[in-house]
Amino acid sequence: MNATRLRLVLLRNAPVALFIVVLAVFGSLSDRFLDAQNFTNILIQASHIAILGIGMTFVLLTAGIDLSVGAVMYLSVALLGIYLADVPPLLAVPAMMAAGALFGLVNAFFIVRLRVAAFIVTLATLFIGRGLALWVTETRMVFYKDHILSLARAEWLGVPWAIWVFAIVFAAAWLVLNHTPFGRQVYAVGENPDAAAKAGINVPLVLTAVYAVSGACAGIAGFVSITQVGAAASSFAMEKEFAAVAAAVLGGVSLFGGRGGVAGTVFGAVLIQTVQNGLVIVNADPYIYPLVTSSIIFLAVFVDSQRSRILERLGRRRIRIEERPV
Amino acid sequence: MALLDCENLRKSFFGVEVLHGVSFSLDRGRVLGLVGENGSGKSTTMNILGGVLRRDGGRIRLDGADYEPRGPKDALARGIAFIHQELNLFENLSIEENLFITGFPRLGAAIPFINRGRMRRRARELLEQVDIRHPPGTPVGQLSQGERQLVEIAKALSVDARVIIFDEPTTSLTRREADRLFGIIERLRGRGIAMIYISHVLGDVTRICDDITVLRDGAVVGGGPVAQMPTERMISLMVGRTLDQLFPERTATPTDTPVLEVRGVSQPGVVHEIDFTLHAGEVLGIAGLMGAGRSELARILFGLDSFKTGTIAVDGVAIEAPSPSVCMDRGMAFLTEDRRGEGLMMHATIADNIALASLDEYASPWTRFVERTRLGDEVGRIGQKVRMRAADPMATLVRHLSGGNQQKVVLAKWLLREPKVFILDEPTRGIDVGAKFEIYKIIDTLVADGAGVLMISSEMEELIGLCDRILVMNHGEIQAEFRRGDFDSGRILEAAMRRRGTEAAAAPAAAMREAV
Repeated sequence: MNATRLRLVLLRNAPVALFIVVLAVFGSLSDRFLDAQNFTNILIQASHIAILGIGMTFVLLTAGIDLSVGAVMYLSVALLGIYLADVPPLLAVPAMMAAGALFGLVNAFFIVRLRVAAFIVTLATLFIGRGLALWVTETRMVFYKDHILSLARAEWLGVPWAIWVFAIVFAAAWLVLNHTPFGRQVYAVGENPDAAAKAGINVPLVLTAVYAVSGACAGIAGFVSITQVGAAASSFAMEKEFAAVAAAVLGGVSLFGGRGGVAGTVFGAVLIQTVQNGLVIVNADPYIYPLVTSSIIFLAVFVDSQRSRILERLGRRRIRIEERPV
Repeated sequence: MALLDCENLRKSFFGVEVLHGVSFSLDRGRVLGLVGENGSGKSTTMNILGGVLRRDGGRIRLDGADYEPRGPKDALARGIAFIHQELNLFENLSIEENLFITGFPRLGAAIPFINRGRMRRRARELLEQVDIRHPPGTPVGQLSQGERQLVEIAKALSVDARVIIFDEPTTSLTRREADRLFGIIERLRGRGIAMIYISHVLGDVTRICDDITVLRDGAVVGGGPVAQMPTERMISLMVGRTLDQLFPERTATPTDTPVLEVRGVSQPGVVHEIDFTLHAGEVLGIAGLMGAGRSELARILFGLDSFKTGTIAVDGVAIEAPSPSVCMDRGMAFLTEDRRGEGLMMHATIADNIALASLDEYASPWTRFVERTRLGDEVGRIGQKVRMRAADPMATLVRHLSGGNQQKVVLAKWLLREPKVFILDEPTRGIDVGAKFEIYKIIDTLVADGAGVLMISSEMEELIGLCDRILVMNHGEIQAEFRRGDFDSGRILEAAMRRRGTEAAAAPAAAMREAV
């Protein structure tokens, strides 16, 4: 194996290496960090971003973007707190998913039918969603009843409830993307929409569906998040759309469509949360949290671009074999 | 009774009739060559057959039944597969997923999951039929252009296509890959599949087709069994006159003034000791097989790729740190072989494309704003010079132009800068006979005006017909040089295929494109 190939292998596994470095650094700084309970906490804390990111992955795979997901989270918990306060979670969650999916369909209408850029449409609906939520809540903080708050500590088979939801959403998304015709068509549309249309794929339908999936995931993420936060202020889920995109990109999902998958996104979300958790445990200054997190995201994206460059160089055709390699 | 019978097809766009009653028929196990200049109606006819467009008049009968496709999917369901020039494959998906993207086998009627095992078995069978030995799970991104073409054919076979339409299938294939494709076509013919083959490479058409139909201006102007249609006859039918000459009379002779001097340029693994001089008023051809290093040399000369040793001088002054902008400032121009991908902004207007390389020259000295009227006048003048035929250069998008007119846009873009050295990489690829002639005339005007032209081409006749000198490249080296007067296609080909050392001269004799 020559030097270039070796570098390539290192770069390909860079996110994993990064994860190990993060574990080693925080582990050496605090003995509470490398603890099973702490890992459970990390997974619980990462769950809503991971779920949001999973929905975002569907959209990113089609080369779109959904900036409205944080707003949808807020809107869905506002609806929960105001209109569904006494409804059992098993009915409330599907209702929130439906509300999110409906919101996604509105996004899709503008993006697919009226052909407005996804960035613009979802930037607008971000503010519309927040505005609707403020209107529903009459700008007041919303509090939740015990049957919802108690879920924060609820477990099944010894595993916390939030992790179950996280795992189910991940498994479902993975199955859909990898093992259903729809999932593979999402990849096809993201790679080349013109070719997809010519091949007979219903491109508008696929695009519409991914925004609905993203909205529905935001509804679930809202529910998971509210069980942990306990109350929804007007800043609830603010800027979560960027955390979701960051998780996906960190996990290797391309913003240009067609590349990556939900496993990467989940990995990205967990990595970001691990760093944040570590910073809390070592009592770091809260003001440096964003700096550290963003540096890690930058590093991962930088490494990925380096890898693409090397791959491109390796792929270049050789015309002649030199007698003595230079 | 014929398998496919088209009778009197008519089609109009915006009230202008472009197909005036096209008729032809196709039998099982036959290959029909459809030739004609760009804009002669080949694509329109095939788009009607493939369900992309609907006809305005006439009738089509497929196997005796009326055929009225509602879309590409419907056409495919009736057994007519259309393999487009730009392949419809997804590089991020595996071969098998590409084959079944719209019809995945499922685990059960009510179960939404893909039956991976059945998909793999079906894919293996199909790939075997087109001689692809990669595992079906290989990503299409790892396949060569030729293999991708074969995957498209396998896709057509997966729906039991009875008619397969090929639109310029060989444009991005190496000669060897094209030969492989022809072998497969041969095999499909033996199985009774009917094929329509569209190409500008008339040598290929003659080689693999049974019958020929020639279109001109939206009407069939001739046709018959291939034995009765020699290349000259096809050309004269296509252009509507006998072409007594395919190449214009050269109006200038080369001078002794060097404009581009290349001395000992080497880049390990790419080119070795490249040494030549291009003079003012000279057309210098570079012949060679695909992968001989010609395009790579062109990229190095224009500063797109680096080189390790040697010097490149324009007008006697060496270029110190070559980059495209430096080379442009020193009077070089480069037409890439990938016109659509690298040479043009397909979604911009003709005028914007022509102006692109000269925006700096037309910026006002004070505000740095582009002086649009001055630029517009100049663009108009240059457009006339290359005989651009477009209603309104300011409004017409380049992607709506024919291949020939697109190439004229690229030429016009560079002409605006009045360069001294033109590097043309396959300037007539995918362009019809008439437009080729016009490109040749433009090249002749360029050298008559004192420029030097370095012309890379895979079409031997074109090099022989146009050049003053021909260099032959092979293995990243210049193998031979021929002067006008002792051009000999046999010897040029021999030099292009000459192998060094122990390597056997295994390249097929047909390795050079024998095109019009």
